[in-house]
Amino acid sequence: MTSDYDAIIVGGGHNGLTAAAYLARAGRRVLVLERRHLLGGATVTEEIYPGFKYSVCSYVVSLLRPEIVRELDLPRFGLQILPLESTFTPLPDGDYLLRGPDHDSTRREIYRHSPRDADAYDEFGQMMFQMAKAVKPILGMVPPDPTSLAPRDLLALGRLGSFVRGLPEEHFYALAKLMTMSAADLLDEWFESEALKATMSASGIIGTFLGPRSPGTAYVLLHHYMGEIDGAFRAWGFARGGTGAIALAIAGAARHHGAEIRTEAPVARVLVRDGRAAGVALESGKEIAAPVVLSGVDPRRTFLGLVDPALLPEPFVEAIRRYRTRGSSAKVNLALDALPEFTSLPGMGQHLRGAISISPSVDYLERAYDDAKYGHFSRQPYMDIVIPSTIDPSMAPPGKHVMSIFVQYAPYELAGGWNETQRDALGDTVIDTLAEYAPNIRDVILHRQVVTPWDLEQTFGLTEGNIFHGELALHQLFFLRPVPGWAGYRTPIGGLFLCGSGAHPGGGITGAPGRLAALEVLSR
Amino acid sequence: MHDREYYAIRTAAALIDVSPIYKYLVAGPGAMRLLNRVVTRDVARCAVGQALYTPWCNAAGKVMDDGLVARLDEATFALTSAEPALRWLHDNAFGMDVEIEDVSAGTAAAALQGPFARDILSQVAVLDPGSRDVPGSLDRVKYQHLAWAHVGGVPAVVSRTGYTGDLGYEIWVRAVDAPRLWDVLIEAGEPYGILPAGLLALDQARVEAGLILIGVDYVPAPQALTPAQTSSPFELGLGWAVDLDKGHSNGRQALLDERAEKPAWRLAGLEISWDAIEGLYASVGLPPQLPTTTQRSSVPVYAGRRQVGYATSRVWSPLLKRYLALAHLEGAHARHGEELAIEVTVEHRRLTAAARVVKLPFFEPERKRA
Repeated sequence: MTSDYDAIIVGGGHNGLTAAAYLARAGRRVLVLERRHLLGGATVTEEIYPGFKYSVCSYVVSLLRPEIVRELDLPRFGLQILPLESTFTPLPDGDYLLRGPDHDSTRREIYRHSPRDADAYDEFGQMMFQMAKAVKPILGMVPPDPTSLAPRDLLALGRLGSFVRGLPEEHFYALAKLMTMSAADLLDEWFESEALKATMSASGIIGTFLGPRSPGTAYVLLHHYMGEIDGAFRAWGFARGGTGAIALAIAGAARHHGAEIRTEAPVARVLVRDGRAAGVALESGKEIAAPVVLSGVDPRRTFLGLVDPALLPEPFVEAIRRYRTRGSSAKVNLALDALPEFTSLPGMGQHLRGAISISPSVDYLERAYDDAKYGHFSRQPYMDIVIPSTIDPSMAPPGKHVMSIFVQYAPYELAGGWNETQRDALGDTVIDTLAEYAPNIRDVILHRQVVTPWDLEQTFGLTEGNIFHGELALHQLFFLRPVPGWAGYRTPIGGLFLCGSGAHPGGGITGAPGRLAALEVLSR
Repeated sequence: MHDREYYAIRTAAALIDVSPIYKYLVAGPGAMRLLNRVVTRDVARCAVGQALYTPWCNAAGKVMDDGLVARLDEATFALTSAEPALRWLHDNAFGMDVEIEDVSAGTAAAALQGPFARDILSQVAVLDPGSRDVPGSLDRVKYQHLAWAHVGGVPAVVSRTGYTGDLGYEIWVRAVDAPRLWDVLIEAGEPYGILPAGLLALDQARVEAGLILIGVDYVPAPQALTPAQTSSPFELGLGWAVDLDKGHSNGRQALLDERAEKPAWRLAGLEISWDAIEGLYASVGLPPQLPTTTQRSSVPVYAGRRQVGYATSRVWSPLLKRYLALAHLEGAHARHGEELAIEVTVEHRRLTAAARVVKLPFFEPERKRA
């Protein structure tokens, strides 16, 4: 079978497109096949309600790799990241906590809640910066296999060792604690203000099926400091035009280098001949040949759906079946006739141009998790809210707004299962909770979209609605992602690679798995 | 935090008080002759309702200032300048039938700049019915043109001009009407995310747009202490704004001579290599630190070990994710693609980083002219 393509990429999400761009840039003939009518996967902007653009799933960008922005020259293809400037935590007692871009005003604000915390805040930031600096190189490397004696693995392990050995003793111990503690315990060591601790610990639970008191969540906190150390390059904020604009910029770069991208081209399965990938079969029945196939789809769907599991080694299939992908979050997107009025801080201001965090206390978050453990969505959920139209007016008609609400917890395995009624009930719970802080919200909603974990699976193909293509738990990270022994983007099928968030370094809009997978293909 | 203001210029709209600029009215049968003697462009080509950007020179062909000439009617022009120009205009007007009026103090101006500038202004601006040649909607006010209007009831001249390289307007009103104009624009702009912006944001935007700043990117000839400090329009990349066929103008002979010999210097855009900067900072264990406000101190530029120029404005562009500089380079080293090196100070040490000569402007969105 002769082939028109050197590589086929299954899935036009941001990682698949990144892989395509790198392969095309290296002169490979590349074809991207996307199931939906538009590109981006979960990195998507859609005008669900006329005139209002929703970042339907993923809504902010924090870790998009600077090397990808540079190497693919993404600004040239329309990428613009606008800074997300503040975090506003309204509190039930009518007070609030507002951290902003201005160091002194943030200090005064924390001082208002706790003079001690105001001092600790700077020291904590300094410590996390050091930790992030130590760990950051890991994000940019292909994970070595620690059980392997192959020279490249040993070399990579040696490099890894030297990062860690370079740390001063106290930082080494701090890192060891970060890797093992819960976010709540770690923050308890530093701070006393509940609002501050809760809002900071929330960064440790986003997208996980863990509570702030679960071990391992301290490490996720660290991820949020990674963006800080890119200095002036920092890509932390909103993409102009919504997150879909990021995928479109990457697609622009891929096309510029000659990649072919097809939408509404669902792939049914990966063709395997003699233990090697040979191309793909579309749902239409058409077969397209290529010696290399990259899957941007999550590992469960790739190895239990696109590939016939019978062609894979039994232990590998076992490991993939045990790969944890419990979805825990939902999205509610709103079209608003006017801005919300927060009782604690009325009117337009800085606080509406950043993140709004419904996280009044650590107990509140832990209780939200308790509901999820037993198959219910949180009666009082944690919510991370942004109003992109306050910074990028092109997202909504003049004077109108779009609001993006990330909701946790909403378990995939819901008691009684997800259906229309449950979806509406979740939407109502979210609005009711928000209305406790901003009572006018009910009166200004023009349209509401509720995206449950079930919707994430049905519409976006995310197994169990897990936004990271598999939980970001320590046992599923780095050389263990997705499963031990197969962290290097390769798979038991020759010529078949993983290039999505199920591969190292994991989820979020980073582009890193796509880039590293492409470089791995090119290194053959 | 000026970066919010900067982003307003590029993604929403910003309102900038540009009243401090000097403003003159030049009127009468000799008005065009006077201006054509003073500025380097041919004012005869400026139609009524049009505005021209132009530098002007002393007798040695060195740039004294740069600004806008706008033609208000057949024999009435407005001139804006960064430095006072009244005396210079008077001196040049000797023997001409022309009235020169300094309207600087009595005229205020606000620059409304950004992708939503037109949407905002159309809410509150009504073009005067008799508005020369440009009746109808604001869409008819083309790039570098102007129209008479009422903005929020205030009589105004609206010009499609600015110093950001973006879609934008400057609105000229009587000084007494300025507070009203400001309030009307802020109110109309609210649904579009308008923000008042200051010089830090403007300075960042104008470097992206490749626009030079007097006193920073060149020394105005009257203030130069030595001839070496002065620059000709050719050396500032303004050769396109020099018309030597229009008859006599200040510095014409010097400029003819210079054009024949090729200018010794050229103002060029430099892009400083991120990889080089990142490497230098990595060697001291730090992430790259780059200026988020325009740096106005001069730093050397090298070809190999030899200094071949100096950069006068440097800034990190958050939009383009590039580290940009405007530099004076020896003519032979100013070609696009030329690989040079620029001095950078990293943790108190003076080092060099690779830099490439690139085309100006660094940033030019279609909406600027559309």
